[in-house]
Amino acid sequence: MHLKYESQLREPLVYGDKTYAQVTEDIVRPIEAKPSRLWYIGFFIAVSLLSFGAYSVYREVTYGIGQWNLNKTIGWGWDITNFVWWVGIGHAGTLISAVLLLFRQGWRTGVNRAAEAMTIFAVMCAGQFPIFHMGRVWMAFFVMPYPNSRGPLWVNFNSPLLWDVFAISTYFTVSLLFWYSGLLPDFATVRDRAKTALRKKLYGIASFGWTGSTKHWQRHESLSLVLAGLSTPLVLSVHTIVSFDFATSVIPGWHTTIFPPYFVAGAIFSGFAMVQTLLLIVRKVFGLTDYITIGHIDLMNKVIVLTGSIVGIAYLTELFMGWYSQNKYEGYTFWYSRAYLFSPYGWSYWGMMACNVLSPQIFWSKKMRRNVFVTFFMSIIVNIGMWFERFVIIVTSLYRDYLPSSWSVYYSPSIWEIGFYAGTFGLFFTCFFLFAKYFPVIAVAEIKYVLKRSGESYKPAFDEIEAQPLDSFVHDNAHH
Amino acid sequence: MAQKKFVVGCFDDEKVLFPAVKQVRTAGYKIKDVYTPFPVHGLDHALGMRETSLHTAGFIYGITGTTTAISAISWIFTKDWPLNIGGKPHFALPAWIPIIFELTVLFAAVGMVMTFMWLCQMAPGVKKHHFHKRATDDLFVMVIECTEKTNAEDLKALLASNGAVETDIQVAEEDWWFGTYDNDNENLYKQVAH
Repeated sequence: MHLKYESQLREPLVYGDKTYAQVTEDIVRPIEAKPSRLWYIGFFIAVSLLSFGAYSVYREVTYGIGQWNLNKTIGWGWDITNFVWWVGIGHAGTLISAVLLLFRQGWRTGVNRAAEAMTIFAVMCAGQFPIFHMGRVWMAFFVMPYPNSRGPLWVNFNSPLLWDVFAISTYFTVSLLFWYSGLLPDFATVRDRAKTALRKKLYGIASFGWTGSTKHWQRHESLSLVLAGLSTPLVLSVHTIVSFDFATSVIPGWHTTIFPPYFVAGAIFSGFAMVQTLLLIVRKVFGLTDYITIGHIDLMNKVIVLTGSIVGIAYLTELFMGWYSQNKYEGYTFWYSRAYLFSPYGWSYWGMMACNVLSPQIFWSKKMRRNVFVTFFMSIIVNIGMWFERFVIIVTSLYRDYLPSSWSVYYSPSIWEIGFYAGTFGLFFTCFFLFAKYFPVIAVAEIKYVLKRSGESYKPAFDEIEAQPLDSFVHDNAHH
Repeated sequence: MAQKKFVVGCFDDEKVLFPAVKQVRTAGYKIKDVYTPFPVHGLDHALGMRETSLHTAGFIYGITGTTTAISAISWIFTKDWPLNIGGKPHFALPAWIPIIFELTVLFAAVGMVMTFMWLCQMAPGVKKHHFHKRATDDLFVMVIECTEKTNAEDLKALLASNGAVETDIQVAEEDWWFGTYDNDNENLYKQVAH
């Protein structure tokens, strides 16, 4: 029985009538060409930001956390806000590469490589904040449980902060392995086309000697599928655990059971926005509009409006619970510190509402979803909104909690706090510029595989093969 | 290190490749491998390969991670250094679930990738002979190892009559060696005259 039915409404995943060789040519050409002037300018800006960030971190390490405007009441400020923000951004990459693979969403193929790269760089940036927040960063290895000469004094396995250490490091490792194993065949493609000895040598090393053997492909497929299966619960667990950092405490505004799903939805929301920002640039600069199509942008905008609305429901639920619980501390946090526009941080709450809940609603319109400029603008708005969200959660809950005597004065960041944040932008974009120049930004082998289903020059032949049930296929083709 | 003689046939269409695989195998030749630029589903069946059990290995690595986490944490928190946290039980399994889960995933992923690399004999700096440069671009490259009984010219003709766009006879190292790809004339490979 065959249930294969191809919708007439579905648009092609790759535009144009391409051959396999053309796919290779289109995607690998930017690697072989000299980078454009724009690339150099962008790279220079990124490295400058990174250097400023490095200097800010140097100040912090030398003089201590006092370089930041944190105080006894607001012990977490911009740093942990930025940490959660970057981790959240990372989530979309895994979602695209793993969850959409399991759901057999063919369109992921155009965007998964760059999205996974974004994940890895975002998690690298995220990791800096808790590490340098430790103050004595040279003792950061204390978070690792190992038999030591201090007792041995173990880490606290019951603490969400330690869960975070495990979650983030596992997430980074697994994402890196998933990404790199997918890159191996594509590095081999670059290597085999390379004209210069240096390129042949470097991509030769990077491709680990990949040949394209049928057996290797079989194992590679199995590996990708299982890694996707592992990454799917992993990505949900990571932001769940990040939300536990807050939810397991007794601070009003943090102590809620809604946090895990709300954080995960927010993470996907901000991550997809960042993917849009990056890919809209990449597809234009490298001329990859046939591979990263308007269809992709449309689909990702649908995810943005969905997750944005989930986040909106979560905000409203929190407000409702702030009133319904009749707990005065909760009520004060939600209805005064946050929702009251003229409270000291009311502006951040309403900024968040406007950016995250109201503005993405324009994506109900198909015309807007398929408009590149609107999408680019919105992708930045959403990420500003999601930064506000973390700021709201952290600062408005902390600055006035139970005892008025411990209420804090107005908190605003020092230049070194901002510099650190700017530095992680530098780190992120430095990595991303290098990635865009030296790595195949689209999964070449996977696109060729998709081409068989989507490309006009290959589809008829492939349909015939695919229409056959496995048993008769084996019977016809296998040797007995 | 052993050099062997191979007959190479290149195809540019899967529709031609599948019947050719069948023809070559029916004629009694043993196909060493087919190198493809992307995974061709069903080709492993057509070549008579068995399913990989890599995922089983992944499962075993996963439960190794689970047991490592449970045993390590429970030993540390109940035997080695019990912490009194508000008089709560030392054996606090629910609070350990996040770390148990993370270690399960970590062990499974790292273990599987290592196993994959071992099985495929891949590592940085490993070099293997490539029968055709376009095998990673747009050609499906079928490679048949010659025995002393093989008539290479006959086999070439068979491949060509089954739709191979290019055929070739190569003497090459079949295993891997350490090297880079910048020097094509490395001693281990020579092309036999047509």
